[in-house]
Amino acid sequence: MTFGRLEFASLRIGQKLAVHYFAVAMVLFLAQMLFGLLAAWQFLDPAFLFGVLDFNVNRMVHINAMVVWMLYGFIGSIYWLVEDEAGVPLVGPRIAKAAFWVFTVAVTIVVVVYLFVQSGPGDAWTLWLINEGREYIEAPRWADIGIVVCMLAIFYNVAGTFLAGRWSGISGVLVLDLVALAGLYLAGMFYTTNLPMDQYWWWWVIHLWVEATWEVLVGCIMAWGLIKTLGARRRIVTTWLYIEVALMFGSGILGLGHHYFWIGTPEYWLGVGGFFSALEPIPLVAMVVHAVYDAGRHAFRANNHPALAWLIAHAFGNFLGAGVWGFMQTLPQINLYTHGTQWSSSHGHLAFFGAYVTIIVAMIYVAVQRLRGNVWMSAGLQGGWRWKWALGLTHLGMMGMTVALLIAGYEQSFVERAIGGSTWQAYFEGQTQPWFVEAMWWRMAFGVLMTFGVVLLLWDLVRIGVGEKRPMKVVGGLDDVEETGSGPVPEGSAAG
Amino acid sequence: MVAEGADEPRREWWASEDFWRKCAIFVTGFMALVLVMLTFHTLTVIEAGSEAGRVPAYSVINHRIGYEFDEQRNFAVPVIGPPAPLFGEMLSEEEARRLVDHGKLTVQARNCMNCHTLLGNGAYYAPDLTKAWLDPGWGNESAREILMTRFLDDPIANARTFGTGRRMPDPNLTEAELRGVIAYLKWMSAIDTNGFPHGFTPLPQGPLTGGGR
Ligand code: HEC
Ligand code: HEM
Ligand code: HEM
Ligand SMILES: [Fe+2]
Repeated sequence: MTFGRLEFASLRIGQKLAVHYFAVAMVLFLAQMLFGLLAAWQFLDPAFLFGVLDFNVNRMVHINAMVVWMLYGFIGSIYWLVEDEAGVPLVGPRIAKAAFWVFTVAVTIVVVVYLFVQSGPGDAWTLWLINEGREYIEAPRWADIGIVVCMLAIFYNVAGTFLAGRWSGISGVLVLDLVALAGLYLAGMFYTTNLPMDQYWWWWVIHLWVEATWEVLVGCIMAWGLIKTLGARRRIVTTWLYIEVALMFGSGILGLGHHYFWIGTPEYWLGVGGFFSALEPIPLVAMVVHAVYDAGRHAFRANNHPALAWLIAHAFGNFLGAGVWGFMQTLPQINLYTHGTQWSSSHGHLAFFGAYVTIIVAMIYVAVQRLRGNVWMSAGLQGGWRWKWALGLTHLGMMGMTVALLIAGYEQSFVERAIGGSTWQAYFEGQTQPWFVEAMWWRMAFGVLMTFGVVLLLWDLVRIGVGEKRPMKVVGGLDDVEETGSGPVPEGSAAG
Repeated sequence: MVAEGADEPRREWWASEDFWRKCAIFVTGFMALVLVMLTFHTLTVIEAGSEAGRVPAYSVINHRIGYEFDEQRNFAVPVIGPPAPLFGEMLSEEEARRLVDHGKLTVQARNCMNCHTLLGNGAYYAPDLTKAWLDPGWGNESAREILMTRFLDDPIANARTFGTGRRMPDPNLTEAELRGVIAYLKWMSAIDTNGFPHGFTPLPQGPLTGGGR
């Protein structure tokens, strides 16, 4: 093994696929940022690209790029750990590769159509071929079906590999969670005239993804990540994972009701949704305690400092963005005024960033270390300023945007919703208040700052470990006894 | 360091992996079951034109629609008034459904929701459309259909923007799409949304009693 050079050839099959997924994910991340900047600029200069790339197109690309790259990041993470966790090579490498290419070509076509066709006549053809016009899951129906087929191929590989090898607590939770995650997507794949019915099922996809199945998925990744970067004990990590699943599903499934306050659904959702969603921060606190406890117990002696830093950022970001920012507006008495304002946007940004961007980036750092031949990535690594600045700038940018949006949202809730009664005129009264206008400028400024952070991050991901001669630090040793069957599988031994 | 395995000391129940595994399975199963049951109930309630009256039949577009404070429920609710057919045409339930359906398809096909919110969900670049049909910006009842048609037909020439310069781009609606969209907005304004938006006062209209349903 040569240190610091690309070691792609020696990776396992699943890991090679993971690198592909991660690469596409990062390209789409950058695209997401750029379209976010375009949309944000249109708040300040509405004539900008008017009639060419309208706000709705930029926003659609912005949020769709996000959903897709996060799915890529998750799939990559799962492929990265599946052979390690199962102890055997991937069962269907050909199908897995085909699924990657089909998925990627489909995404490319969808984006090209979004940008150059944009919209179509008001009939079912448009929904099949151009876009479905439903936030986050705008992808046309043909692409939905393609995505489902690719997911089946991926699921076959993941579940099949565990079946062929060994199961663990982590893999058990992971596989069941994937079934739920993929199944939920089906709830978003139909058309109905009835808007309340439409939004009822639409939230099954959006909410039950981000506040239930995605949370559990990242819980699995986190569990595996703590074992790998810190050498944390498997038994403790697994027990925590079960506790988190119980708390997350226990609160998040019925927490769905916080989206059923005002869409025509019955009044009992005010109580059900308010109560259970108010409990949702609890599992997020549990996750922070878990991560910090493990890191502290191992005295932060990690073999991969950037990955550990992003894992800790995940724990706190998840708690703050989802737990605190979500809680702020989750009681119906408050949500009546904050519903559908920049307040939601503030929460949406910090939650997606804190909960999901962070952990995917952590996994990519884990992958990059292996890709460079398991080099040293602990204290004093060469060019270490890059990852630290990337971490700092992205977080500063995101926090700045979040706070700006929160101020804008507060003002909007007050002027438009509470006083103005949400009319056309009240809307614009809210949009023209100095606080709102200034907040939009600050959002833009911090967005640019964050974009620098993302560019630096991408640069670091391709450069980190280059020229590094020291081998990876050995971790664990406190009390890390492998408890599953055949014991640790040496990295790379199962390469096909 | 304690070797784990058969000679391992028994753990307290609350620290045991097995207990929490069972707990996770039970809690998830139970919550999912409750959600499924509530869903069955909710779906019958939100059927268009169901007895619960929360989501109106599509033929509600044949009527005048109000939004008035309800003492008992302590928030404003839609009120279905006497006949006031859209574009002067009384439609059958099926004709009304087809018209509203065309509007819904058009709103999805033109991606209106990535600028506007509907029932408060969507994007925050433009006004919420939940009560667009009742917006005081249309002046009064007799001007509404004309102004709305004119605005949606050419939102650039009819832009208001209240000093922001933030215009709506021309969605290039056909005549049929335009009628469908307006029918859809009218139907939407009659959905019972538990008092959202709060404090909304509709444009001046004729009486809501007499000949209602
Ligand atoms: C690119 C963003 C954008 C898109 C897409 C868009 N709108 Fe608008 N819309 C606006 C803006 C901005 C205003 C305010 C315009 C003004 O005041 O001149 C507006 C105003 C309106 C109004 C009047 C406001 C009110 O409260 O009654 C209606 C109705 C409306 N739009 C309907 C639609 C429909 C239907 C579609 C889809 C066919 C649509 N809009 C697509 C941005 C958009
Ligand atoms: C990682 C987890 C989470 C993510 C990624 C997330 C993301 C989002 C996003 C993007 C929206 C806006 C949806 C839209 O476009 O209309 C939203 C809305 C909302 N979220 Fe979350 N969320 C998370 C967790 C939570 C939690 C834990 C709570 C409550 C404690 C919460 C409460 C809410 C509420 C009440 C709304 C509705 C806002 C409105 O009425 O406009 N969220 N969330
Ligand atoms: C350069 C930085 C960014 C800028 C300038 C930006 C800008 C925007 C803008 C203008 C919107 C539309 C909001 C509206 O409808 O009014 C939006 C929506 C959204 N963005 Fe970003 N964004 C950025 C980065 C991100 C990141 C990093 C994430 C998550 C990882 C993200 C997630 C979202 C989500 C979830 C929404 C929908 C919010 C909702 O409906 O409530 N954005 N963004
Ligand atoms: Fe939610």
